[in-house]
Amino acid sequence: MQKTAEKENLEKASVALPPTHTVTLKVNNTEKQLQLAPWVSLLDALREYLGLTGTKKGCDHGQCGACTVLVNGRRINSCLTLAIMEEGNDITTIEGLAKGDALHPMQEAFIQHDAYQCGYCTPGQICSAVGLLSEGKAKNEHDIKELMSGNICRCGAYTNIVAAVQDVMQQKGDPANE
Amino acid sequence: MSNTTTNYIGKPASRVDGRAKVTGEAKYAAEFPAPGLTYGVVVSSAVAKGTITKIDTAAALSLPGVLQVFTHQNRPGLAWFDKKYQDEDAPPGTPFRPLYDEKILFSQQPIALVVADNFEVARYAASLVEITYETEPHITSIKNRLHEAYTPKEYKSAEPSPRGDAEKGLAQAEITHEAEYSHPSEHHNPMEMHASTVVLAEDGTLTVYDKTQGVQNSQNYITQVFGLAKEQVQVISPFVGGAFGSGLRPQYQLFLAVMAALELKRSVRVVLTRQQMFSFGHRPATIQHLVLGSTSQGALTAVVHEGFAETSRFEDYTENLVNWSAMLYKCDNVQLAHKLIQMDAYTPLDMRAPGGVTGLYALECAMDELAYKLDKDPLELRLTNYTNIDLSKDNPFSSKELKACYQQGAEKFGWAKRNPQPRSMREGKTLIGYGLATGAWEVNQQKSSAKAVLSPDGQLKVTSATADIGTGTYTIMTQIAAETLGLPLANVTFKLGDTALPQAPLQGGSWTAASVGSAVKAACEGIQEKLLAHIRNLKEGPLAGVQKLEEVLFADGKIILKSNPAQHMLLPEVMRLAGENFIEATVTTKPELRQKKYSMFSHSAVFVEVLVDEDFGTIRVTRVVSAIAGGRIINPKTARSQILGGIVWGMGMALEEESVMDQPYGRFINHDLAEYHVPVNADIHDLEVIFVEEDDDIVNPLGVKGLGEIGIVGTAAAIANAVYHATGKRVRDLPITLDKLM
Repeated sequence: MQKTAEKENLEKASVALPPTHTVTLKVNNTEKQLQLAPWVSLLDALREYLGLTGTKKGCDHGQCGACTVLVNGRRINSCLTLAIMEEGNDITTIEGLAKGDALHPMQEAFIQHDAYQCGYCTPGQICSAVGLLSEGKAKNEHDIKELMSGNICRCGAYTNIVAAVQDVMQQKGDPANE
Repeated sequence: MSNTTTNYIGKPASRVDGRAKVTGEAKYAAEFPAPGLTYGVVVSSAVAKGTITKIDTAAALSLPGVLQVFTHQNRPGLAWFDKKYQDEDAPPGTPFRPLYDEKILFSQQPIALVVADNFEVARYAASLVEITYETEPHITSIKNRLHEAYTPKEYKSAEPSPRGDAEKGLAQAEITHEAEYSHPSEHHNPMEMHASTVVLAEDGTLTVYDKTQGVQNSQNYITQVFGLAKEQVQVISPFVGGAFGSGLRPQYQLFLAVMAALELKRSVRVVLTRQQMFSFGHRPATIQHLVLGSTSQGALTAVVHEGFAETSRFEDYTENLVNWSAMLYKCDNVQLAHKLIQMDAYTPLDMRAPGGVTGLYALECAMDELAYKLDKDPLELRLTNYTNIDLSKDNPFSSKELKACYQQGAEKFGWAKRNPQPRSMREGKTLIGYGLATGAWEVNQQKSSAKAVLSPDGQLKVTSATADIGTGTYTIMTQIAAETLGLPLANVTFKLGDTALPQAPLQGGSWTAASVGSAVKAACEGIQEKLLAHIRNLKEGPLAGVQKLEEVLFADGKIILKSNPAQHMLLPEVMRLAGENFIEATVTTKPELRQKKYSMFSHSAVFVEVLVDEDFGTIRVTRVVSAIAGGRIINPKTARSQILGGIVWGMGMALEEESVMDQPYGRFINHDLAEYHVPVNADIHDLEVIFVEEDDDIVNPLGVKGLGEIGIVGTAAAIANAVYHATGKRVRDLPITLDKLM
């Protein structure tokens, strides 16, 4: 079938690539400049462009929580936001939680309570748990379970994850353990 | 000697790879960098059966950054014979060959690979590939097709082994129970999606980071299919983000990534999408027909267990589905059958406790139903039919502490408080149900090798090409090695997941602790022997005169004279005096022949409490006690986690998991983690694990039985039985969703 010139141009236009932009991301207190197309998710920017592979891709649809990071202290699914939207924000990934050799209390608690098996959902669980604590909404074990349910652990380490979170809450004197 | 500081076996230890996992340092298959890395995105078939009549790749190829679109039309020449594509876990048949020809054998079949400079461009380009199909009618259900079932020529695992005369046994029976049990297909859905990063070196050799349960299986597959020498392909997999069986066979992303790397002379990464995780192996749907006959006292006179399972058009997948009914209870007359029905879908694949979890679900629900007919406590019924002999083979069990599981589990759970009447226990509008079931899993030891190298600084490096899919392999192997040579845990490192290391079996079947553990122990004993050879030459010093290993103890970082513990030497001292820069031993271990005279199984008794909302039918599993007879427990901490995970899987199977086939399209419709339901944190309440004492010096030198699977077996049946007890409604089709209770 013959196509009109106009149609062809339209089709060509539809397969053109978007222009890239200079995007400055502040990740774990370090500013990094990247040349990114607007369609790059924060998750892919971290993993593929910054080499921060601690943040995991488990579904790319905001359904599993493996990609959870902290943005300005709030936990978000990094697969559901575009990198270009996060300019100027404070992004903390699993790589940024420890202070030098000293692990974050939540990281310590996960080791202590064996709150993982394969380890793939673990960075997301830990970031989510850190976010949960700063939200201050979890008052008891039930709340922890409910508010950690956005992070799937296929190995089924939930019992130990809850124990780890409770442990850290207790250290902080949080009411969730009373 | 239990009071030494280096006694690690049987004591809880935190994972040695824990720090790597909580800091994000642990690298999985898609996370290894390579210079000039390219990205491949798979295009999947939109139809379940038919022929590709046209693939238009022009738009995709026109995008800047797209390097190639591979299809069946431009793929390179490949190995011809089926056996070249048959991996270690392949069932009999003709393995699927990606991009082989224009034929579509199943929905979501990979039909093109788009490779580009970056992931986003590859993904976009993949969406531009236009495919025209000529479809053919497909069949993607086994329901109402039992008349088509056939007996496979070859069973991958155990062939059904009937005994006695079930017809006669049923004629003798005073009470009978007959029912059909079924469950749908399920998908493994490990959190990490299948991925391969293929790094091409300048000399053309490949380093492949693959998500797999056996690096050597992936290596063999690649070398056979692409005609490469083993020296040209190294497969590495230090961390695996869950697998549950999905990594037992090389999946198509490996084939595609290697093909693209060889063709483009570039490094390539291919990661499947979550949707594509529903495009290969899965737990097969089954329909199982059970008939039980018993005396009025509950002694079984006949067991009939016939299983009908799905398979693909190209391979006959079987698992041990029905033999459990021949080994678990005392009964003279057992009739078994395991038949297959072909579908236009991918071949099923071993999924955590394949066959066991499904076959025992049917048997253990049937036993529960029989107990009600007999007006007998379900636990009593199990004890009435208890056997210390595996009657399917006429072998004694190497050990069987199942009775202790029943007793300890029942006590912990408070089984005695159960009112036997269904629908008799409630709190307001909440119905309460108690259920129990038995679990069993076969113990296996496979040929395995390990290498141990002791350095003058007292550091021990132990290696084997096994895997750690979350099981704790790194940790328990470190414990076994440290204890055998009496070294502090911190002095020992264990390396795995690399084809450069000594041979190991696939990580599956719960056999890694037994198999690789035995090899690690033997390799460290090899070091002991070599140290002893040097000690024998000592003319003076604390150990002079020692001739045999029995005279010394390896503990606390030292070699200690048993007859006078004040006399001891450090391991490096012996090396120094002998002038050795390192001592190494590589050992291969195999099962001992005497094992053949025994049946070797782990067992469990699972007790469950459910709460069911009377109005809405919602089910909550509020308490589970799983009592496990799993031989010697090397690390109670990681062992408990294994069983907890198994229980969670059992809950998923009982109440949530179902890969829903959209019959008109022949496609799994809920192919994502929002609609394929797995348990989340809020679903999990009190889970308790009991390890009963079980000594077994026959199974393997360590006395371990393996724990990867026993935790799931029995759980789904116990939940189903508890739901019946709560509601008085028997649901024989998993998952038990609230609509089925209405």
